[in-house]
Amino acid sequence: MFPASCDYHRAASVDEAIRLLGEHPEAKLLAGGHSLIPMMKLRLAQPAALVDIGRVSELKGITAGDGKVRIGALTTHAELASSDVLCKHCPIVGEAAARIGDPQVRNKGTIGGNIAHADPASDLPAVLVAVGATIHLKGGGGERQVAARQFFTGLLTTAMAAGELLVAVELPALPAGTGTAYLKVEHPASGYAVCGSAAVVTMNGGKVASASLAFNGVTETPHLASAVGEALAGGDGSDDAIAKAVGEQLSIAEPMGDLHASGEYRVHLAATYGRRALCLARDRAQL
Amino acid sequence: MKEAISVEVNGRRYEREVEPRTLLVHFLREQLGLTGTNVGCETSLCGACTVWMDGLAVKACTQLAVQADGASITTIEGLAGEDGSLHPLQQAFWDEHGLQCGYCTPGMVMAAAPLIEAKPDASEAEIRQALKGNLCRCTGYHNIVRAVKRAAAGGS
Amino acid sequence: MAGVMGSSIRRREDPALVTGRGKYTDDLTAPGLTHAAIVRSPHAHARVRGIDTAAAAAAPGVVAVLTAADVAEMGIGGVVPVGWLLPGMKTPAHPILASETVRYVGDAVAVVVAESRYQAQDAAELVAVDYEPLPASTDAAGTAADGAPQIHSEAPGNVAFEWQLGDAEKTEAAFAAAAHTVELELRNNRMLPFAVEPRACLAEYDARQGLTLHMTSQNPHLHRLLMTLASLNLPEHKIRVVAPEVGGGFGSKIHHYPDEAITALCAMKVGRPVKWTSTRTEASLTDAHGRDHVTVAELAVDGDGRVTGLRARTHAAMGAYLSTFAPAVPTYLHGTLLSGQYDIPAIWVGVVGTFTNTAPVDAVRGAGRPEATFVVERLMDLGAAAAGLDPAEFRRRNFVPADAFPYQTQVALAYDSGNYEPALDKALEKAGYQELRAEQARRRAEGGKLLGIGLSSYIEACGIAPSAVVGSLGAQAGLWESATVRVHPTGTATVYTGSSAHGQGHETTFAQIVADRLGCDVEAVDVVHGDTREVPFGMGTYGSRSAAVGGSAIVKSLEKILAKATQIAAHLLEASADDVEFADGEFRVRGTPGRSEPWGSVVLQAYLAHNLPEGMEPGLEATSFYDPANFTYPFGTHVAVVEVDPETGEVELTRYVAVDDCGNQINPMIVEGQVHGGIAYGVGQALWEDATYDASGQLVAATLMDYALPRAHKLPSFELDHTVTPCPHNPLGVKGIGEAGTIAAPPAVVNAVCDAVGVRHIDMPLTPERVWRAMRSKEGS
Repeated sequence: MFPASCDYHRAASVDEAIRLLGEHPEAKLLAGGHSLIPMMKLRLAQPAALVDIGRVSELKGITAGDGKVRIGALTTHAELASSDVLCKHCPIVGEAAARIGDPQVRNKGTIGGNIAHADPASDLPAVLVAVGATIHLKGGGGERQVAARQFFTGLLTTAMAAGELLVAVELPALPAGTGTAYLKVEHPASGYAVCGSAAVVTMNGGKVASASLAFNGVTETPHLASAVGEALAGGDGSDDAIAKAVGEQLSIAEPMGDLHASGEYRVHLAATYGRRALCLARDRAQL
Repeated sequence: MKEAISVEVNGRRYEREVEPRTLLVHFLREQLGLTGTNVGCETSLCGACTVWMDGLAVKACTQLAVQADGASITTIEGLAGEDGSLHPLQQAFWDEHGLQCGYCTPGMVMAAAPLIEAKPDASEAEIRQALKGNLCRCTGYHNIVRAVKRAAAGGS
Repeated sequence: MAGVMGSSIRRREDPALVTGRGKYTDDLTAPGLTHAAIVRSPHAHARVRGIDTAAAAAAPGVVAVLTAADVAEMGIGGVVPVGWLLPGMKTPAHPILASETVRYVGDAVAVVVAESRYQAQDAAELVAVDYEPLPASTDAAGTAADGAPQIHSEAPGNVAFEWQLGDAEKTEAAFAAAAHTVELELRNNRMLPFAVEPRACLAEYDARQGLTLHMTSQNPHLHRLLMTLASLNLPEHKIRVVAPEVGGGFGSKIHHYPDEAITALCAMKVGRPVKWTSTRTEASLTDAHGRDHVTVAELAVDGDGRVTGLRARTHAAMGAYLSTFAPAVPTYLHGTLLSGQYDIPAIWVGVVGTFTNTAPVDAVRGAGRPEATFVVERLMDLGAAAAGLDPAEFRRRNFVPADAFPYQTQVALAYDSGNYEPALDKALEKAGYQELRAEQARRRAEGGKLLGIGLSSYIEACGIAPSAVVGSLGAQAGLWESATVRVHPTGTATVYTGSSAHGQGHETTFAQIVADRLGCDVEAVDVVHGDTREVPFGMGTYGSRSAAVGGSAIVKSLEKILAKATQIAAHLLEASADDVEFADGEFRVRGTPGRSEPWGSVVLQAYLAHNLPEGMEPGLEATSFYDPANFTYPFGTHVAVVEVDPETGEVELTRYVAVDDCGNQINPMIVEGQVHGGIAYGVGQALWEDATYDASGQLVAATLMDYALPRAHKLPSFELDHTVTPCPHNPLGVKGIGEAGTIAAPPAVVNAVCDAVGVRHIDMPLTPERVWRAMRSKEGS
């Protein structure tokens, strides 16, 4: 409950943040603080310095254009959950954000902090993987983009390099005829996902044009069930087709487990809720 | 190394120096003597420390005092009227026996107030969802939910 | 005042609490305050080869670093005692700071005192303890098996005590003759008490005043006594213990822990006030846990569906040391309750209390009675199935009949009063039992979420007493309560009660008792509690005893006051005291309208003393000690309704109906609040809470990231009703309600889930995975 001593630097801009990170390589970035401060309170994280980017206004906001939606890294979960722009172009992000933590956490926690922390039981990673988001990073060497599907490299680790800052998340505006769904089995203690199922289904002329399905909470990085999506494409997307695709194509290796849910059970949840999420996404696609 | 901060709390401005590691809840309790905001856990999951920061309910154990520099904070002590009249939620918690030991109550009230402001006709399920970040071990939430409903309905 | 008893008046405690003005221990400060951080063992079992405090002592802001060596040097007792002794029980000493061996994760080894709590924590991490890890033993039953690591040399086989009650031969005969027998092996899962306010203590010492401790206590006098006798050895009159606002207890703030003694020791050593406040992780590791029983239970039933015998063998984990009341919990608070609401002609129970490398286990809300009720009410469902009867009918058939009271059970208790069928009927009607069964059948036929209905007809024994009896059973304290009522010259009154509330609303309900008897406004009565300097010796608040025992002590003092006031009034009215009655706030001469003296003038005369009966002392106050003649026996029937996802095993508690009988109600609003909280506590144990240790002795769920508590969005609103069967042996006719929900709910919920999925048993907590596995193994069988 008592963080260890640290220095504090406040950045006014992205460039200043990058400069400060360069000057203090031992520093951690502080945005909403809802991933870092809990670790500091338990002294599981003892950063020598903090670079506070909480006031960098260029990192805030949600904008749409060119078939894309750009979400600034400092956008809070509450802002995601109530965004009309997201609701119109990529509603699953708001649906998942509304399931994160509790109202107080959603008021402060940010998408950038959430993604950069890469907690496997967090709600947003699988959603970003399922929709095919792109993560925008900026460091001393300039800006670069990493696909969400390549961004999460392991437990609490990402493709971000030292000194880099996550500046934005870019989503594709989903095409007409697309339905999405995020279903979550909540951990009874932490409220994180024991199994979060993110499904995206695009229907065209009564056939599945494309489908994707990804999971939080089951494996150390978001699990993208590519084979399920491929098996569904071109089919009628019926309940039976979805059940068959999930039943035959879902294969999850090395699931995580804890006191409340073993790996085997999480895989079972993924199969059950993956199917349910796909069915719901399909129904929504046809609305 | 200490940082100078300027924070408005319950309408009063405080200029203080804090260690960067100081949690907002400790700043409020120990430096400002505002002990109505409580600490019940250390993993941001009990909600006893809920305050408003620039109008939003936040957990004061999961903010550093330096992050509140320039912000406007309201704690439970700042909720009643200047004449001592209780906020409708405080009154409703009293009327509906929405508290027993009272330790979680400040956080509960601070978490519930934004809901009834935004959604006076919130359903029981919505009220319960809005309070999921706040633990109470005494009441089983039953009378807390009733109190929030009552306050939302204008106290009747 | 007419109508004040039984009235749901709002609590006077609340205006301060809802505005943040309530002062809990950690809110308090003192000039020159320092802060303590306790260094705790990360090992479940280890030898301590050495402790190096040099780096910590040199850290910024550090005032002192103390270890067991300082305890020895100061010549104080240095151990926390056990307050309930069973025959043959092994009672290894529990040092407040370990010097040679640590026996659970969280065992205290050193303490750092610093100028700020951040600095204290910084320095605590610099205390270097050289541990030699030893193998650990954590399972309640397994720890007594051959080859288990030995925890105390004086307790071979890790057995603290073996205890039994009932007639083994008669019970064996009942089983031999039974038409049906059922056997069930079950675990009563270990719980964290989890008061939302963590334990805390502020100690101030000077040689003249002695020690003042503000602390999170359910029983300040008991804490003072135990510190005098064992941990500190200071004279009792030189210790003042004050419980300010206390943020919930649930048993955890009854017990004497090393921590308050350590904090006091620090204050004496450094000569400045010292505050220690538990972090949540410390609380999880060191608050005395609850339950942790492994039981094999059996029921014998005859061909008419009547229970003829019950037998239970339990291993009860005590943890690494015997906590304050620990030995009483699985024995006299558990074994004695195994007759439930039923007329069972033969019962035998055997309990082995075992040492484990875990936090000590002691009373947690319900304390033994939830464990007993879980055994009985699970067996009743299995017995009903064996007899081919509906669970409600099976219970009804076996209830102690209403005309059989007082009823002597086969396990020592004598139930004073009861009337069980009306509560069952009311619960079934309120729940719509027949409609629920029809809906269940429909769903079974048509698919969808599985519906389950679970009953729990519980009995409780509250207000443990009388003292002479509990003394003969091993209690090292009396279990009476004290109260002083002081009537002031102008007619208002102050009550000083030994019952120390921490959320129960005593300041309101005790004032109602006084206002009712004295005919004054509730506002004319103040209630003082929680301070050993203000209040005569008292036993505190736990075991749902406050109304029945604490309230009765107040009544006893009021009776003395009214007797004296009647004499004064008779003197003023020139009448015989036998002819004077007190009603509506005045003393009247019976049968003589117009001859009366108001309460106020009689009280004033008591203090003016200008015109008192000859030889009468001035003043109007009385102190009483009330020692009950028996326990009280609240009861009721609860009905849980659940829906289970047939694919995943996820359980939703959709309805919860509770019909309770706690005798007369002083304040129904507060009674209902106690039931609500109790239900949530019990549902938490049934569905979510699990303070499991792994084989190495680490508490798996030590923070809220892993330890799951009931939350608002996972509970329904509760549907309550009651019956009233007054307690015949206390003046208020009250019984107690603080633990009813916690006792009734676990079997109600487990019975409902087992009913939904059609399996015999699932261990608590009923995680979705456990329910899913139970359904899978049923399909496989």
